[in-house]
Amino acid sequence: MSVGEIRVAINSDQDIVTARQRGRVMASELGFSSGDATLIATAISELARNIVSYAGKGQITLKIANTLSRQGISVVATDDGPGIPDIRQALRDGFSTSGSLGLGLPGVRRLMDEFEISSQPGQGTTVTVKKWRQ
Amino acid sequence: MEVPILKQGAVLIATFQAALSDADLNQLRMGLVQQVVKFRSRAVIVDVTAMDVMDSFASRTLREIAHMIRLRGAETVIVGIQPEVAFAMVQLGLTLEGVATALDLEEGLAYLNEKFKTTN
Repeated sequence: MSVGEIRVAINSDQDIVTARQRGRVMASELGFSSGDATLIATAISELARNIVSYAGKGQITLKIANTLSRQGISVVATDDGPGIPDIRQALRDGFSTSGSLGLGLPGVRRLMDEFEISSQPGQGTTVTVKKWRQ
Repeated sequence: MEVPILKQGAVLIATFQAALSDADLNQLRMGLVQQVVKFRSRAVIVDVTAMDVMDSFASRTLREIAHMIRLRGAETVIVGIQPEVAFAMVQLGLTLEGVATALDLEEGLAYLNEKFKTTN
């Protein structure tokens, strides 16, 4: 069965749970160990929470990320929220503007193998993370 | 999804389910503190064995629960953090500093018994 692409609309805290559960199932189907599936699910949880806290709504897309030599999963978190004025600052441990822990983005970066962010004030944020299968 | 809270003598035991939303966690926080007051409990054990993901919100809520309950003069022990979940928490930079933890429910109860013995 082809896993393909899964989109989860993120509008409320309940959707955070849905997104991370879908991510765990997909990771397992792609052959990730249960430990790695937990890391992926945790990263999805943080990314989805950022959407709810900062943008209100957005989307998480889960995709197969295969190259010639590697197989993996890609998680794309997009929103049309206010955007991040200073990305470098947002990637620093302990920084937060929503009164949360401020561990979100740097933590997500540590959980995954690849991390990419693009954001402009007023134009939303897209975070793409990937994890490769061991 | 509501978290069941069991009363076992002077100890309250809250057992987390796998898929807890932020709203569920907030509700549990209030519920636990209210019940500690109502039953004059001396300790709370939060069993997170079933939890698949402990992200920054869940971790912060657990810490807040422990601190609120300490202000009531009671103890909190978090039990059952799975190895994989612990690994993800450390990667994420989440520590449950200042909160007692134990391997499982049995160890948590043993820890509390020991503690009550020495304070009595």
